[in-house]
Order: sequence, then C-alpha cells, then structure tokens
Amino acid sequence: MSVRTRATTWSLGLSGLLLLVVVVSAGIGAVTIPPRTVAAILADAVPVPVGVSFGGATVLPVLGAVPTPTLEFVSPFAFSVPRPARIIVLSVRLPRILLAALVGFALATAGTVMQGFFRNPMADPSIVGVSSGAAVGAVATIVLSLSIPFGLEGAAFVSAVVTAFVVYLLASEDGRTPVATLLLAGVAVQTFLGAVISFLLLQSGESLRQVVFWLMGHLAGATWSEVGMLTLVLPLPFLLLVVHARDLNVLLLGEEDAHALGIEVERTKQLLLATASVVTAAAVSVSGVIGFVGLVVPHMLRLLVGPDHRVLLPTSALAGASFLVATDTVARSGGAEIPVGVVTAAVGAPFFLYLLRTREVRSP
Amino acid sequence: MSDSDSGSGPFSDADPAIRLDGVSLSLGDTRILDSVSIDVGEGSFVGLIGPNGAGKTTLLRTLNGALAPDEGAVRVAGEDVHALSSKAASRLVATVPQTTSVTFDFPVREVVKMGRTPHRGRFEGWRERDDAAVESAMRRTAVESLADRPVTAVSGGERQRVLIARALAQETPVLLLDEPTASLDINHQVRTLELVSDLVADGTTAVAAIHDLNLAAHYCDALVLLSGGRILSAGDPATVLTEGNLREAFDAEAVVSRHPVTGSVYVTALPPSSDDANGRVHVVGGGGTGARALHLLSAAGYALSAGALNEGDTDAEAARRVGADLVTVPPYSPVDDAARAAVESRVEAADVTVVADVEVGDGNLANLEAAAEADRLVLVEERPFTERNYAGDDGFAVYERLREHGQVVEPDDLLSVVGELACDSFRERDDSTADSGSGSGPDSDSDSGEGGSSADDAPETDAESTDDDAVGDGRAADLFSG
Repeated sequence: MSVRTRATTWSLGLSGLLLLVVVVSAGIGAVTIPPRTVAAILADAVPVPVGVSFGGATVLPVLGAVPTPTLEFVSPFAFSVPRPARIIVLSVRLPRILLAALVGFALATAGTVMQGFFRNPMADPSIVGVSSGAAVGAVATIVLSLSIPFGLEGAAFVSAVVTAFVVYLLASEDGRTPVATLLLAGVAVQTFLGAVISFLLLQSGESLRQVVFWLMGHLAGATWSEVGMLTLVLPLPFLLLVVHARDLNVLLLGEEDAHALGIEVERTKQLLLATASVVTAAAVSVSGVIGFVGLVVPHMLRLLVGPDHRVLLPTSALAGASFLVATDTVARSGGAEIPVGVVTAAVGAPFFLYLLRTREVRSP
Repeated sequence: MSDSDSGSGPFSDADPAIRLDGVSLSLGDTRILDSVSIDVGEGSFVGLIGPNGAGKTTLLRTLNGALAPDEGAVRVAGEDVHALSSKAASRLVATVPQTTSVTFDFPVREVVKMGRTPHRGRFEGWRERDDAAVESAMRRTAVESLADRPVTAVSGGERQRVLIARALAQETPVLLLDEPTASLDINHQVRTLELVSDLVADGTTAVAAIHDLNLAAHYCDALVLLSGGRILSAGDPATVLTEGNLREAFDAEAVVSRHPVTGSVYVTALPPSSDDANGRVHVVGGGGTGARALHLLSAAGYALSAGALNEGDTDAEAARRVGADLVTVPPYSPVDDAARAAVESRVEAADVTVVADVEVGDGNLANLEAAAEADRLVLVEERPFTERNYAGDDGFAVYERLREHGQVVEPDDLLSVVGELACDSFRERDDSTADSGSGSGPDSDSDSGEGGSSADDAPETDAESTDDDAVGDGRAADLFSG
C-alpha cells in the first residue's frame, strides 16, 4: 500500500471517528440529547455555499476600502428538532467541542513535529517555552489588568511566539542551532518564566482563582469567535507542515545525513520550529496549558501507523482532536467542572506509563 | 602544496573528479585542516588514513559540503560544492555515514528511498526513474530481502549495506564513506570494501576514511595520510605506508612488510618499545634459523634486535614482523665493518644474546665474533657445528670462544634459559645502581654459570672492552664500574 493510500485511508477513518466523537459529545451534558437528534441539528446547521455577493465594504489598514465578499448559504436539510435542543447544541456545546477539536488538532500536530524535530520521545509542543511564554502573557494580563488589543488571547499568543523566538536566538550560533542546545535553552527559559509566573501569582490577589484556572488548561466559556480564530490561523501552518513531512522524515536520520541527502537543514529547522510554535501558541492562547495531548497522541499514532510523517502527521492531528473532545467531555460532564488539563494528564500519564512499561514507546 | 602525482593514476591532474585546493578549516580556535590539496581522478578509490583527530572526518564533511572551508575550494566534477544548494551538492556527492544508532523504525526500503530526496521536487510525485534507482541500489547491495524489515531490526553489517544502498540511490558520481568498516566483523568489513571496489570499477569515485591500514592498503588505489590536519603523504599504498610515515603520523612503532597471501603492503603495529619490561635480547641467525627464536622471544615480551642479516633473508623478514631492531647488509654481501660495529653495539645493549643454529661462513663470521663478546650468551644447537661450518679454522676458533662462555640449549629450552639470564642481568643492574657512588662495586654473587672474573681494563664503564682477550669477562664488566 503506497504512502498516499495509507495516509488517505487512515485520515478518512480518523475523520469518521472525530465526527462520531463530536456527535456523541454534543449529546452529553446536563440535558441528554440522543445522537440521532444531534446529527439532525448538525446536518441542519451545515451551510452549503451557493454564491458570492459583494455587499458593503470593509476598511482594511493597507488596502483601504474593499468590497466584502459574502458567501450566500442555504441549508439543504430541514429536520424538525426541538428548539431548546438546537440552542443547547449549537450555542452552548458545539463551540466548546469544536474548540477542543481544534486545540487537540493543533497540539498533536505540534507535538508530532517537535518529537521528530528533536528526535526525542519526551519532546512536547511547549518544549521551546511556548506554553510558559503564553502563560506569562495571559497571567500578566489578568493580574495587571492590562487592556490590550485582542485581549487575553492576543497577549498570550504574542508572548508565546516571542518566547519561542528568544529561545531560538539563545540557542543559535553562527547560523547553526543544535537541537540539544535548543532543548536546554528551552528548559532554562521555561524555568525562568516559571519564576515570573510564580511571582505574578503572588501579586494576583483576587484574580488568583482566574489565573489558576487559566493555567490548568480550560475550554469552558469557549465562544464561536475563538473557534473562528483558530479556524483561520491553523490551516496554513498545518499545510506547510504536511508539505514538509518528507523533510521531517529525512531529518529523523540525523542532521548530518539530512544534509547529505540534500535537505537545507538549518532553513528546514527554522521553518518547522517557527510553524510548530505558531500552531502551539494559537492553541495555548485560547485554552491555556493543556498537557499530555501533544506528548501522548503522537506516540499512540506512531505505534499504529509507523514513523513516516506523511501518514503520522495528519493522523496524529485528527486523533488529537478526537482525544481532546473526549477528555473535555469527561471534564464537563461531572458534577463540577474540572479543567480539561487535569483530565488529559490524569488519563494521559497512566497510559504513557503503560506504554513505557510495555516498552512500546520508541524514539521517533 | 599539491601532493598530486603527475600523469595518470588516482591523483591524475586531468579532469579530476574531486579537487581540493588549499583547503583550510578551523573549528573554534583549532585548525582542523591546514591547506589540504588533493586531486582525485575519476573512478579511483582513495583511502584517507591517519590517527584519530587527524581531520579525516572533517575532510569528508568538507567534501560533501557540510562544512565550508575558511580558505580554499572544493570542486567536485568541476563544481564548487559550497556554492551549490544542498540539493544540488547531494546530486554530486553521496555520503555513507558512520553507522549510527538508528532509533526510528522506518522499513529498509523507505530508508533507501530517502536517497532520492535530492532528485525530487517538493510537489513532485514518485517516478519510475526513482523506482529504478532504488531497486538497482538495493540489488547492488543485496538488501532486497530486507526491504520490508524495520531498519532497527537488521544487523550492523546489513545496516551498513542499507546506508550504502541509500547513497547509491542518490546516483552520484562521487561516493564518500566515513569509516565504513568500523564496528563490522571481518566478513562484513571485506564484503563492504569489495562492494565499494566493484562500484569503483564501474566508474564511481570513492573516498573513504579507513582506520584499518591493512584494509586500506589492500583495497584503495591510493592513500592520503593525514596528520594534524595536513597531508603527510599521498600516493599508492606502498609509498604512503612506510615505517617513517607511520611513526610520524601515529607516533607508533610499526613494521611494514608484504602480506604473504595478498601481496599487499602489510602493517603490524608494535607495542611501545619496552627496554625495561622483560629485557633486551639480540638474536644472531640467518637463513631462517633465527625465525623461531625471534617469534618466541617477541611473544614473551622481549625487546629484540637482530643481525646482521642479508636484506631479503627469511630471518630478516621475521625480524621485521616482530619489530626487531634489525641490522642488515645488502643481499649476498658479507657483514662489513659498519654492520659489525652496529651488531656489537646491540650485543652490548642486550641483556642476553642468542646465537641460532646458523650456518657459518666468511660472510657472517663477524656476527659470531661480535656475539662472543656478549655478557650473557645462549647457543641454540640442533646440528653439530662441523656440519654448518663453512669458514674453516676461523669458524672453529670463534665457535670455541662461544662455547667457552655460552650456554648451549635445546630449542625448546630457549625461553626458560633466556628468562633466567635476563633476570640475572636485571638483578646485577639493580645492584650496580644501588651501589653507584660507593667507590667500588662488590663482586657478583649471582654467577651461576661460567666464570665472572675481573675486567681490570674496564674502568668506569658499564660496557665491556672490545679487547678480544677481555670478552670472557664481559658479563662482570658493569659490576666493576667506578
């Protein structure tokens, strides 16, 4: 079976799984809604574009006023569904479920890339300090009551990307960035930022609860605008990574070999690191620090589909989406809301230990 | 400085596959390569040899473009590899890395397919041409049967072949190999190098860093000996692998001979010379009579000297092989005065001198005369002297002197007797050291053998007089020093 066939087959299967998980999850909550009803609601909500109209104008900073293209949609289905159920699914549960899917997708993608990039099974998306950076930005915003454009998410995203870049600069010398140095610089910067976060926590006073909640990773209060933001941000970096999957494979052989096989090693590393960091930052900035998704999911998928990133990358991303939707469903379905980061760690750590004991965890 | 030979051959000036022109490179403050210039002709197999840290691997990394030189240029097939993109350079030069610990479990076929990376565009699909290259590379290296096994699950020798297959799939005119035989068993070492030789016979140009000098000498058309980042010597194996070069590059004593089976240049490294370990023994032999003694004594850890022998004599070869300090004279020539003086000095330095069951003629009589002056003398006798004396009365006269203070032993007793005498020598040397400065030394109390009488004419020297009359007292000479 060719690589392309395998990638397609696995991806289709995992997409189906994701859809199933989403439908089931949307039915679970204080009010139980049968999957059939959920499916009807979702089918109703699927818009089919039928045309484009240019109405009104948007003022863009550079281009000035341009006509805004507006897609015209129709819904082909008209199932009869009770209105409360429709509102619960579409307005309450679906944003959160979709956000979970997107965040899981992003974290598993970044985790896969980082593990391959560092040739280290313990690498996770935040290895170069992205999560700590996001946390500093977010915590500072909350504690200092800063008012900045794009709010908390914007601050977290910017500080995450800046942190990754600083770590990269610290680890680079003469145009080369040894991954071992990068790893250590990442650890050092994370430790330093940990101190900053602790200090900010001491100053937090009444906002302590809010800060801790953010830090533990959360999807509660997800909005359609957050979903929209990730939907806009993620596709391009993801495609870029998929296009470079073959280079990532060759990099697994070691940088010296990769160079001998015609890979521009430093340039490829920069691109992979930057892209994976942006993907991680986007996820972390809306959901806080959700651990273990980016670590465990790529390992699980590597066991299933092998080390070839052309298959591993898309399947890992889809599986990450399903995993986080499932764990978040657990997090919100109990009596009291638990931060989803707690659930992923509680599920992920034992599973990881199980893999470790059965010696099935291999280096990427 | 160019080490290229003129004319044809591996270092041909005409259209070289690889040309290094004054390449210098520093890593940090350390100069790793110092104006290295080599031309490698198309279709030749060049071995890079030299001690650890000589710059072999660095040179290979400079050749494949991984390291850019500070000065000089590297041209492969006329192109400056450092001006090319990594992809373009990888279409000219393929590198077989030192077998590393592979931790990913790609199937073997996938690893070989990665060799096609430099030939594929990012959005280009897999083409028939790629398949053909991969299949041919796998056939060539006999890894087809492993194609679907994870590369982590094959043996070291097989993995080496997989990496060579990957390099072949690159379809480059130049192939670099970094220690291709390191960590392989002897069978796989030979198979690997045979494979490279075959490729070279088909027109590939190969450059390999090889630790094993004998494998390098046997398989390579030419060798480049690096030492301290410089080329110490370059050319065909026989001109590069000389004892002098090896001493300078490796700081090691080695003996260069011809391998009896393959006829290749053959290097035997010797342990650091150990005058004080077990003692020093001089062997007088010839025509193969001394070979056994030389081997036995060498194995027992004695520092050896031998001679004088005719160049080409069986014993001379044996002496070289065990790294003995050898005095030679040209073939068919008698032992002249210079050689005799050289032998005397070695006999003098030796703790024990052994005279083998040698045939004696006018030509080598001088050897026996010199031996007769030894402090401690052992005669190995298998035949009566009359049967091997071709020097008439002179021969008998010398033999008499040898018999007078030499111990005659059967070949099998040689080691034990030499060992005992060497111990004596040590003890006496210790005594004389302890007593130095005390005015006069005591007489030897350890003379178990033939008499140790006075050496009245040997004041303050631990060497003996060369006066023939005093030879008998030689072994006591150093006891009366001072």
